[in-house]
Amino acid sequence: MTSNLLLQVENVGIQFGGLKAVQNVNMHMNKGELVGLIGPNGAGKTTTFNMLTGVYQPTEGVITFDGKNLKGLKPYQVTKLGISRTFQNIRLFKDLSVLDNVKVANHNLAKHSILSSIFRLPNHFKGEEKMDRESIEFLKIFGLDVYKDELAKNLPYGMQRRLEIARALAAKPQLLLLDEPAAGMNPQETHHLMELIAFIRKEFDLTILLIEHDMHLVMGICERIYVLDHGQLIADGTPEEIRNNPKVIEAYLGEEVIE
Amino acid sequence: MKKSKAFWVYIIFALVIYTIVQVMISGGTLDLYYQNILIQMCINIMLAVSLHIVIGITGQFSIGHAGFMAVGAYFSAIATMNLGLPFFVALIIGAVAAGFAGLLVGIPTLRLKGDYLAIATLGFAEIIRIVFLNIDYVGGAAGMVVTNMTTWTFAFVGVVLTIFVIANFTNSRHGRGAIAIREDEIAADAMGINTTYYKVVAFTIGAIFAGLAGGIYSHNFFIIQPTTFNFLKSFDILIYVVLGGLGSLSGSVIAAIFLTIVSAYLSNFPETRMIIYSLVLILVMLYRPTGLMGTKEITHLFKFGKKGGSKV
Repeated sequence: MTSNLLLQVENVGIQFGGLKAVQNVNMHMNKGELVGLIGPNGAGKTTTFNMLTGVYQPTEGVITFDGKNLKGLKPYQVTKLGISRTFQNIRLFKDLSVLDNVKVANHNLAKHSILSSIFRLPNHFKGEEKMDRESIEFLKIFGLDVYKDELAKNLPYGMQRRLEIARALAAKPQLLLLDEPAAGMNPQETHHLMELIAFIRKEFDLTILLIEHDMHLVMGICERIYVLDHGQLIADGTPEEIRNNPKVIEAYLGEEVIE
Repeated sequence: MKKSKAFWVYIIFALVIYTIVQVMISGGTLDLYYQNILIQMCINIMLAVSLHIVIGITGQFSIGHAGFMAVGAYFSAIATMNLGLPFFVALIIGAVAAGFAGLLVGIPTLRLKGDYLAIATLGFAEIIRIVFLNIDYVGGAAGMVVTNMTTWTFAFVGVVLTIFVIANFTNSRHGRGAIAIREDEIAADAMGINTTYYKVVAFTIGAIFAGLAGGIYSHNFFIIQPTTFNFLKSFDILIYVVLGGLGSLSGSVIAAIFLTIVSAYLSNFPETRMIIYSLVLILVMLYRPTGLMGTKEITHLFKFGKKGGSKV
């Protein structure tokens, strides 16, 4: 059981000035799990993501990923360890092509040095070709390979969301954090996204943590769910348990699930 | 292979330009006045392209570029005049010294963003200038006498080298990392790009070539003075980059050529020179608000809608 543990969050909290945005959060994720993180607006979900990825340093508590303490690591170092993410408000590299967006995330796959690039040594061509090949594979999975030379900003919204996931995957994560992947999608697109998440999880042997407001999606695919409210964890359990947890219903779900 | 073909096209293109101008110089068509304008043009192109990698590619708004030019100018001048080293070696010394200065300035200042970075780099450039102003070894305010050694060949090779290195850097995983920082620093960081590292690298490469340009500049006139490298010079370089289109290497080259010609032509009208020069800038920015080239490269125009990307 313990060897299966991928992520452990112990008593983590963060304080901005006098405001305790998140406190006493305890979470764990086993390899291969698909876990949801839900909560009303402002509950601290994205703040938790930011602490997991090194954007914020928690003011208290310990985060352990794959046996390593994440304390003091910068976001790019956390990414190298194997945690990758998407953003709530899409953060693509707008003026880069779709392919280049993925290639940026593929950055650490090739090892050619700056000098070999400047003088166009064989290493440069080998590395860049490898990146090209792999990046196109990722685009194919998401059905984006036909748009590879399009600028990212010219893609329709749903595809931008998909490209963000493709880009996050290209960073070769073990743990993928999805911040509201279905935001702004219609039911059909959401359904498609659910299938896609299930597929990449199997294909890449991923552990996934997702923040989502779409209860249909969360209840549909997550095996366990954590519920945050006012910066504190108020419940965790299977979708069934969460659905019937009075505290959760009071804090957040309300009528939607009762109906 | 397609990529190496582009490389040879670039080399041949450069050789053709070089030969044409060289023949015109030997044939006497281009007298010293025009030769001087051409060298000035080369220096401006180098400065523009070396700032382009900082502002256009990495998106770090630095307005102290003249400071690194000054370092290159003075160090290479010291190498030739006081140490008696060959010009070629002196240029390398100037470039390395400027690169080192870029590294020193870059590491603390590149933590800053936007306006704050601009002010900090401006400050550092002024510090560099004041330091030279107060060192008697290099002549202080009176300036330093330098023999004229720059030839069209040196200037042109400098340009080719600058464009070659910076274009190749841009079209690689490293350049993509730098562009990702320009596009969205938080996302770049989250995708595994060491943002601080690439900012400092881009800044240092920019400083190296500004230093090279400075070395060529200092040996083109007979004297160098600290006032030449004040913040107005930095703004001149900034104007090339912005006018050419942020993010376009060919744009900054074209803007540098265009503005060198405009200002050379306007030297016939000293009283109205700055007024007309400013009007030209205002007009260009009104009609081409994203700069002459936008973010496009001139090579995109010849690809007929086929895939863009790698240039050299």
